[in-house]
Amino acid sequence: MDFGFSLSPSSAIDLDKVDLSLYRRLEQTVPDIRSCIACGSCSATCMAADYSGMSVRKLILNLQRGADVKKMLSCCMLCGKCTMVCPRGINTRKLILDVCRYYSDNKL
Amino acid sequence: MIYQGKQKIWSDYQKEIPDNHWFYVRSCIRQSFFPASEGHFVKIVRDLLGKDLYETPHHTTCGGIAYHSDTIPQETAMTIVARQFSLMKEAGYKNLVTSCITSFGNYTEILETWREFPELETRIREHLWKACRREFDKPEYVAHASDVVYKLRNEIAEKAKFRLVNHETGEPLRIVEHIGCHYSKMFPHKGVGGAEYPCVLSGMVESWGGKVIDYPERRHCCGFGFRQYLVKANRGYSVSNTHKKFESMEPFHPDLIITNCPGCPYFLDRWQYVISEQTGKTYGQNGHGIPALTYEELAGLVLGYDPWDLGLQIHQVGPEPLLDKMGIAYDPARKYLGLDEKDIMKPGLPTVLKCY
Repeated sequence: MDFGFSLSPSSAIDLDKVDLSLYRRLEQTVPDIRSCIACGSCSATCMAADYSGMSVRKLILNLQRGADVKKMLSCCMLCGKCTMVCPRGINTRKLILDVCRYYSDNKL
Repeated sequence: MIYQGKQKIWSDYQKEIPDNHWFYVRSCIRQSFFPASEGHFVKIVRDLLGKDLYETPHHTTCGGIAYHSDTIPQETAMTIVARQFSLMKEAGYKNLVTSCITSFGNYTEILETWREFPELETRIREHLWKACRREFDKPEYVAHASDVVYKLRNEIAEKAKFRLVNHETGEPLRIVEHIGCHYSKMFPHKGVGGAEYPCVLSGMVESWGGKVIDYPERRHCCGFGFRQYLVKANRGYSVSNTHKKFESMEPFHPDLIITNCPGCPYFLDRWQYVISEQTGKTYGQNGHGIPALTYEELAGLVLGYDPWDLGLQIHQVGPEPLLDKMGIAYDPARKYLGLDEKDIMKPGLPTVLKCY
């Protein structure tokens, strides 16, 4: 029956069902990822952020939720400013390179 | 945390509710959605429990729907509300009881605004005087009708003929309680239990023998939200909210939903039909839906009023599975007879949602 409106797809994420293998691997290779406090300093200093939506804070959040981050990564220029400003000293540059390596290893 | 500390924090979440002498204002929409609810509230409180509850035919809408739909400015809503206060002053009452959650939120918001901006109250006094030569006193206390039933829940339990228990198994019924957003999400200290732990409905359920279900989306909005419902093209947002709640409560197999807002029981009831037609899914047992009742209807059932006099036939989801569980006798032949025994006509049956 057509009511003239329909259900919107749910944006809920079931953490019991998503694939967290990438995040688990990063916890091994870049253990500092667990100390991120989501302050957003990385995003504030990112040169690509204003034009492309690149944000390391968002990247980590998406990794924790098992979401795809390929499109966001393609905008990173690897300048390393996010690493310099991180108050928790997370090696964000290595984090980004590791994620790229994961996608490359798995031919994703 | 030590026990005394917990008790102290919990006491901050309580509110004193006067136990008598109320000026009752009805809702604009509840009498068409649940035609017998307000009448039975008056019957229970005034006639059965002998309390002083006064209502006047001269009161009007509080302007809440128009205000939340952006069709009138708040000053207009304030002047309408000021007129209700003047009616209360004329009748000699100081405790205002509203039937509608939006009205409760509207009255509370206006009183809080006047407290912050007294010059606005002065201006509204002038507007009211110019418009209809009336003067008003602010109420000493504003309660929602569910606060009153919560206050009287034990007196109702003493007079109860049925309990919220499966009469065959003796198990308490599993009940979802849904609090209207405007009850305590706007001003947490105005609701029993605040915004985080509102217990106005769970208190009733527990007093009457039921078991309250705690599920992940318990405090999520029902989906009414005025602007997302009033425009047809936006109703997808509304039904999606309700769908999210039903998906969340489904694993807990609720027998019943109880609410204290005009919009919530309407949408939690009617959207079950829409969801069943759109997705083929139903949430009750054996293809039925989950009955969504108002607290007055539930109090009426517990007190032994006839389900058809309570207007349960107006609901989209049939109440019969619930009545069977509670062991309440009903006459199927009387279902679609009005109070004057006139045929109110049987509606067409949905294709998916099972109804009697």
